[in-house]
Amino acid sequence: MTRHQKEIIIKNVFFILSLVSILVLGLIVVFLFREGLPVFREVSLRDFIFGMEWYPTYSPPSYGIWPLIVGSLIVTIFSSLIAVPLGVLSAVYISEIAPPAIKEILKSIIELLAGLPSVVLGFFGMVIVAPWLQETFDLPTGLNIINASVILAVMAVPTISSISEDALYAVPNEFKEASYALGATKFETIARIIVPAALSGISTAVILGMARAIGETMVVLMVAGGAAAIPESIFDSVRPMPASIAAEMGEAPFRSGHYHALFATGIVLFLMTLAFNLVADYISQKFKEVGSATL
Amino acid sequence: MENNHLDTEIIKTKDVNFYYGAFKALTDITMNFEKRKVTALIGPSGCGKSTLLRLLNRMNDLIAGARVEGEVLFEGMNIYDPEVDPVEVRRRIGMVFQKPNPFPKSIFNNITYGPRLTGTANKSDLEALAEQSLKQAVLWDEVKDILGRSAMTLSGGQQQRLCIARALAMKPDILLMDEPTSALDPISTAKIEELIDELKKSYTIIIVTHNMQQAARISDKTGFFYIGKLIEYNATEKIFTNPDVKQTEDYITGRFG
Repeated sequence: MTRHQKEIIIKNVFFILSLVSILVLGLIVVFLFREGLPVFREVSLRDFIFGMEWYPTYSPPSYGIWPLIVGSLIVTIFSSLIAVPLGVLSAVYISEIAPPAIKEILKSIIELLAGLPSVVLGFFGMVIVAPWLQETFDLPTGLNIINASVILAVMAVPTISSISEDALYAVPNEFKEASYALGATKFETIARIIVPAALSGISTAVILGMARAIGETMVVLMVAGGAAAIPESIFDSVRPMPASIAAEMGEAPFRSGHYHALFATGIVLFLMTLAFNLVADYISQKFKEVGSATL
Repeated sequence: MENNHLDTEIIKTKDVNFYYGAFKALTDITMNFEKRKVTALIGPSGCGKSTLLRLLNRMNDLIAGARVEGEVLFEGMNIYDPEVDPVEVRRRIGMVFQKPNPFPKSIFNNITYGPRLTGTANKSDLEALAEQSLKQAVLWDEVKDILGRSAMTLSGGQQQRLCIARALAMKPDILLMDEPTSALDPISTAKIEELIDELKKSYTIIIVTHNMQQAARISDKTGFFYIGKLIEYNATEKIFTNPDVKQTEDYITGRFG
């Protein structure tokens, strides 16, 4: 066998392996749509998305997932409000300010945080955060939006922090030197040169962190409270989409309307996370193409 | 015009030793730099010439484990005195680097970055300053219509002149240049050399160069460094025609280096 033939074989092996993974993912999407779309024989798309009532086991059932969508969005937004400043600022501290010893310790702690199973965080939310919230604010339940947002934020911080950190490290040292040579202080250099130069990477980090929060299941299942209603305050319970799917799938009869409605909810969730990823991709590409953008 | 004695000195080093950790990069450097002259620092790689340059505006502070002994007197004040703020030093002693390093911002924002730090916020002041600095750096005609465009779209030579303009916008007393043409093509290099000749009417320029012909062309005085020591410091003409030290002659004539 010649060297050239070997090259061709190796090339094809890699091609087939990558094809397999794409094929598997594609089939999952096909399956998702095949099981989800039949719900629209029972309910219109508009009533499904914007319907206010989620009573899938009543007769007649109502399959309105608007409260679930709102639940997902609201915990994602609140968790981002907490996680974005924490994640980005900790990345700035680790990459630009911290002395080497502290940097190493912080990095490993954040990696440890990323490795925590979500069920452990959910358990923490249920057993520690919920009773504390309930007592402190005198609430009927501590399993609510604020609890879920805090726990989701803890999960999103490592994602945001580590990707932002990579973006900050990628800022060329020449920019920093130029800034210092013009008489900028360390803080001015960070705020006016380093962070703006890393902004596309930081935006990607933020969006991927949000995508992680919106798709997270176990935490919202355990600590969001599970009420399928539009919340009126941050101390109300909600039922985000992943929690609804996970909680109900076991009880929904195979290929019933309820079953199809849950898969259709999965489609909505899939499209939302896809949109997040496309936006993240677009932002990082947009800035890459011009080399460095004008800020 | 203030009194313009030919031998007015503006900055000098006195018995300066410099260490990177345990490594001694400079030994007993005592050197006077004259006002409104071009002084070239030459020598083989690793001789300490760039280290000395970066010592003059405390850029070496940014390197972990760097340590300075001795004094660097800028207009009579030791810039390594604990009382002295390095930020203040760097505002008065500008620097241009080996690789053109404009910020990924517009041309206008590159020039006004420094002045804005010192509190110049008035738009018309900034515009006037940008025009003046770009004219000084002989870049104005090429960029006056594209001031809002990213500096990254300029050619390497234009970027380097932009970096010079950016340093000039701070109205520094001294301009330090660390091999400013080593990454440029011959035409851009010629432009920068012309520019240096023009700038020395109003600025003190200290330039590190790898290129001995460049030192001979543009400088008034030349210091030759070898392994962290100042071997010879003399008028450029003397260094290149009749040096006092044998080692200098060997380097100039290409016997080593």
